[in-house]
Amino acid sequence: MSEKQTFSGNRGLQLEEPLIFEIGSYQNCGVDLEDVPDVASCLGDCAATGTVELPGLSEPEAMRHFVRLSQKNHAIDAGLYPLGSCTMKHNPRLNEKMARLPGFSDIHPLQPQATVQGALQLMDDLAHWLKTLTGLPAVALSPKAGAHGELCGMMAIRAAIEAKGELATRTRVLVPESAHGTNPATAALLGFKVDGIPANAEGRVDLAAFKEKLGDDVAAIMLTNPNTCGLFERDIIEIADALHEVGGYFYCDGANFNAIVGRVRPGDLGVDAMHINLHKTFSTPHGGGGPGSGPTVLSDRLAAFAPLPFVVSGEDGFALVETMDDARLGADEHPFGRMVAFHGQMGMYVRALSYMMSHGSDGLRQVAEDAVLNANYILANLRDVMTAPFDTPVDKGPQTPCMHEALFDDSFLKDTGLDTLDFAKAMIDEGYHPMTMYFPLVVHGAMLIEPTETESKASLDLFIATMRDLVKGAKEGDMARFKNAPELAPRRRLDETQAARNPILRWHEPKLEAQAAE
Amino acid sequence: MRYLPLTDNDRQTMLSQIGVGSVDDLFVDVPASAQREGTVDLPRHLGEMQVERQLSAMAAKNMTASSVPFFCGAGAYKHHVPATVDHIIQRSEFLTSYTPYQPEITQGTLQYLFEFQTQVSELTGMPVANASMYDGSTATAEAVLMAHRVTRKSRAVLSARLHPHYTAVVENLSEMGGFAVAQNPVGGAAGVQEAEDLLALIDEDTSCVVIQNPDFFGNVSDFSALAAAVQEKGCLLIAVVPEIVSLGLLKRPGDMGADIVTGEGQSIGNGLNFGGPYVGLFAAKQKHIRQMPGRLCGETVDADGQRGFVLTLSTREQHIRRDKATSNICTNSGLCSLAFTAHMTLLGGKGLRHLAQLNHARAVQLSQSLSALDGVDLLTPAFFNEFSLRLPQSAASVVEALAEKGVLGGVPVSRLSPGAGLDDVLVVAATEANTQEDIAAYAAALKEVLA
Repeated sequence: MSEKQTFSGNRGLQLEEPLIFEIGSYQNCGVDLEDVPDVASCLGDCAATGTVELPGLSEPEAMRHFVRLSQKNHAIDAGLYPLGSCTMKHNPRLNEKMARLPGFSDIHPLQPQATVQGALQLMDDLAHWLKTLTGLPAVALSPKAGAHGELCGMMAIRAAIEAKGELATRTRVLVPESAHGTNPATAALLGFKVDGIPANAEGRVDLAAFKEKLGDDVAAIMLTNPNTCGLFERDIIEIADALHEVGGYFYCDGANFNAIVGRVRPGDLGVDAMHINLHKTFSTPHGGGGPGSGPTVLSDRLAAFAPLPFVVSGEDGFALVETMDDARLGADEHPFGRMVAFHGQMGMYVRALSYMMSHGSDGLRQVAEDAVLNANYILANLRDVMTAPFDTPVDKGPQTPCMHEALFDDSFLKDTGLDTLDFAKAMIDEGYHPMTMYFPLVVHGAMLIEPTETESKASLDLFIATMRDLVKGAKEGDMARFKNAPELAPRRRLDETQAARNPILRWHEPKLEAQAAE
Repeated sequence: MRYLPLTDNDRQTMLSQIGVGSVDDLFVDVPASAQREGTVDLPRHLGEMQVERQLSAMAAKNMTASSVPFFCGAGAYKHHVPATVDHIIQRSEFLTSYTPYQPEITQGTLQYLFEFQTQVSELTGMPVANASMYDGSTATAEAVLMAHRVTRKSRAVLSARLHPHYTAVVENLSEMGGFAVAQNPVGGAAGVQEAEDLLALIDEDTSCVVIQNPDFFGNVSDFSALAAAVQEKGCLLIAVVPEIVSLGLLKRPGDMGADIVTGEGQSIGNGLNFGGPYVGLFAAKQKHIRQMPGRLCGETVDADGQRGFVLTLSTREQHIRRDKATSNICTNSGLCSLAFTAHMTLLGGKGLRHLAQLNHARAVQLSQSLSALDGVDLLTPAFFNEFSLRLPQSAASVVEALAEKGVLGGVPVSRLSPGAGLDDVLVVAATEANTQEDIAAYAAALKEVLA
């Protein structure tokens, strides 16, 4: 491959862009502000003596800076983003337009409730959709992201256990080995002891091992369904029943709700609490890592403990219950507290409702079916060249269906000298974002591919063809293609060890750095 | 359906390649009792125009901040956000990208996170900042847990003038995690120092003291002496900044000795949005970086030696450490931190100072106009863009009466702290978005309401 060196360091449309601290100056400003009226300062002893040494840029410079940066990113709008467990689906722009209506975006969380009846109605409508889709009676809207929703669900469980006077004895939370890292982290944050459950040879919870772990000290199970191997836990009702029998609660990680939305209601599976990532199933944008939104649905056993605030409706319209002193709080309601300031991610509520209304009950069912169909189509077309650990061997019969994502391991790379990371980085040169790697932990060198329902058959066919070519290259010993990858991205492999060993977490003026080193 | 590319022909072709007769065969692992035949009981799909019509009708029922004289604050502020900012955050490559786990093709996100961390670090006067938290309240609760880890103690002391919602969030997470919280019971809005009360509350289990500046009532003060005294007792001082624009004019919390600074970054780049999404700021000292929660972006080089950025120190995080992680946080507020960075870049230090001066001047003018009214007392002698008034009657009913006259006049303390005995106290904010006419209209309306 010819690697032409340019004088500027730019490569055609791919432009190098310095940090704002290297191009801006304190004197530069990209906003025009009114003159400051002459008043006597009331800052007391807190007035700054110096200035904030941050550079500014004029508007055209700022625009160019950030547009150039944007061009160094992969995005769903540009191409397939097959990150398993992350559900990178199309983000409709209608949602963005609706969230920006001044009636939603330009209202204050604490202005009189009579002046925000439409906003409260929207929250009430969203709650109705989420409760109906999950078959559960209550929902806490306020959690700010998936992990925060997990925390909410586990807090409700903890509150219920406390109300029964069992806090000292119910201390163990069962977490399958295939769980997202947030599950054990959440349980530990609340002081629970995390106890792992092994997976069976099918990639599901080992029912016998699970039952052996049951006892009066079990607070809850945190189970993802469909699980992180992309499989539906077919014993789920038996698991829920056995757990309920010993007084435990069933927390379901709803990260993969996209696979069953509109077709299966978690309430029918015995779930007591489940967070819903509005930024996965309901298409609100991931935004490079947030903001998310993690409303958490609750069963009858937990509904009374839902956190503040929540919306109620009555003759006078809608109202927020915001404090423990609120007269509208029923005698049998015991909110466990408050998870956030204000009322949660309103901007995400609007986007998610806009998406739900667009799809309707019929469209959402189709979403789940197409998501599952697309994943199975990928499995069907790669299972003969890659290795799917929980599939039927190719020479032994038709494929074992997966749900919304197809899981492969690295055994097909055996004897090639390549690993999952090499394979993933080579995908970048082919124009694809790699799949989720090395997760779930129960599979060696895992590659978890989730195409979502918003990919066309043509898009999947191109992806499949590329993957097959890469496998062929790997097996033919084309090492350089993989070990040197990526070569065509804005950056080549980055030295993560150096970043962690000598953390540089902010820019410093070079001169000052030199002085500091002296 | 407009969001679904597969045609019925595609579906049939794909099913036959998979080797099944219908899509139901792919759901065989779902127990029969949980399989639903038809659709759930919700409306069917709608076209774009119909959705827009229904949601616009809901939006129209709300009184927007820009349509009236508007003076609400209490942790969420109405500032002008340049049009450029909203364009930048709607770039597909930023909006529809995931957390930057593959740094080679997410340098755009990573570089702005590095710029964001530098800006937050510089603003707060702290050596390092993370790549954002959900919001100011959750950032503060996480700061308390971090102080427990750093000091190996388990109790937090909170100022009486911490935002009541922040207090509730800290209390909830602490109690649920088995940690103790003590809040200074000596409340009140007036600008008296509570330093001695806070120091008296410190015991041997105490890891930190949490204060807010500007505080919930708007008071600003130099807390250097308190910080030193707290540290003298082996505790960390956590300073909460609810209105980040204030740092254009006020002493930086890092310069006053804070060990951890948390804040709400909404005011720069982000609209009111009825309370969210916002952007939590989190800054700390270099020696504590391995105890920090949340994502951190760091500088490194690639295989060709070119500068690049990566998410780093992930051995603190849940996806690596699982139940031993410093926090369960995964997603943060990526796009809101981009809005913050873009707006902050347009302002620069000079623009921020100008903006802060304008905010302060408007607030001073407003405080003079309102406290000139009979029976209205200004309780906060030193403030930035927000102050508290004592009214001759219930602040909640005054606010409702003002709203009927088309003025959103502030936040009554009783809305957040109903039992605090401060029913006559109103928290009022003014920003650059307020005109002289707004201020005059507010004073006239308040005079009528109180008459």
